[in-house]
Amino acid sequence: MDGYTSTMNFFATAHASFVQVALAVSAFLFVIGAVGVFVRRNVITVMMCVELMLNAVNLAFVAFSRAHGTIDGQILVFFVFTVAAAEAAVGLAIVIALQRNREDLDVDSFNLLKG
Amino acid sequence: MILDVILFYGAALVALASGLFVISQRNPINSAFSLIITMCSLAVMFAMLGSGFIAVLQIVVYAGAIMVLFLFVIMLLNAKQEEGDRMGGIGRAGIILGIVLAVQSVMVVWQGARGLPANHRDTASIDVARGLFADPRFLYPFEATSILILAALVGAIVVARKEKGK
Repeated sequence: MDGYTSTMNFFATAHASFVQVALAVSAFLFVIGAVGVFVRRNVITVMMCVELMLNAVNLAFVAFSRAHGTIDGQILVFFVFTVAAAEAAVGLAIVIALQRNREDLDVDSFNLLKG
Repeated sequence: MILDVILFYGAALVALASGLFVISQRNPINSAFSLIITMCSLAVMFAMLGSGFIAVLQIVVYAGAIMVLFLFVIMLLNAKQEEGDRMGGIGRAGIILGIVLAVQSVMVVWQGARGLPANHRDTASIDVARGLFADPRFLYPFEATSILILAALVGAIVVARKEKGK
């Protein structure tokens, strides 16, 4: 087998594992989002990290939908889209209300309910 | 075929790199733009996994609508750059949580993804629409989303409204 054929074979097997790569990317994106929620101080950035986690879950849904040959996963992604849109709308409204009342966006300063 | 592989792996790398950028930037505007890049490369991955309808929705709804909303609020509130990371207690706890989660998810993907069936059928957007509108399993959830969106609309207006006499 010459080098070109073996390279093509490598890519052929790699092509068969798109689902696995997608699942790995999904897992790492979820971890990145989860770490970001803890590490960042700005409320808006924390909300963007939540969106990143939702996107990672969507990727896993699409990958499993591909692997099993059904569309149920894609329909669940549709529902995640609606929930994410609603969450962004309400969350950003809360951010605007916070900015108006406290004039601060640092999550550490919102400790009114802290025991 | 080989172009498919390059495109898919490239999109995966771009998604991970810009995802890291989202959490490593101090300026929320930079985070927002990195998140848009992540979403666009995830849309490429969705399309390559055979769900073109979801890829289009990802661009239109996420990168188009939701992220524009985020950018709007960032610019409206003139969000400043953060001073310093949260490296005290909770930041360190988050990094430890991230390491544990990463190890666990690598193990799960490694073990679980090997047994998956290999399927290469692309789904047309009409299939998704048919599943959404004609499948009785999704009828009530689909109707419930309309109530959810209505509730979110009313809730957002009530929360962000300026109270009179204040």
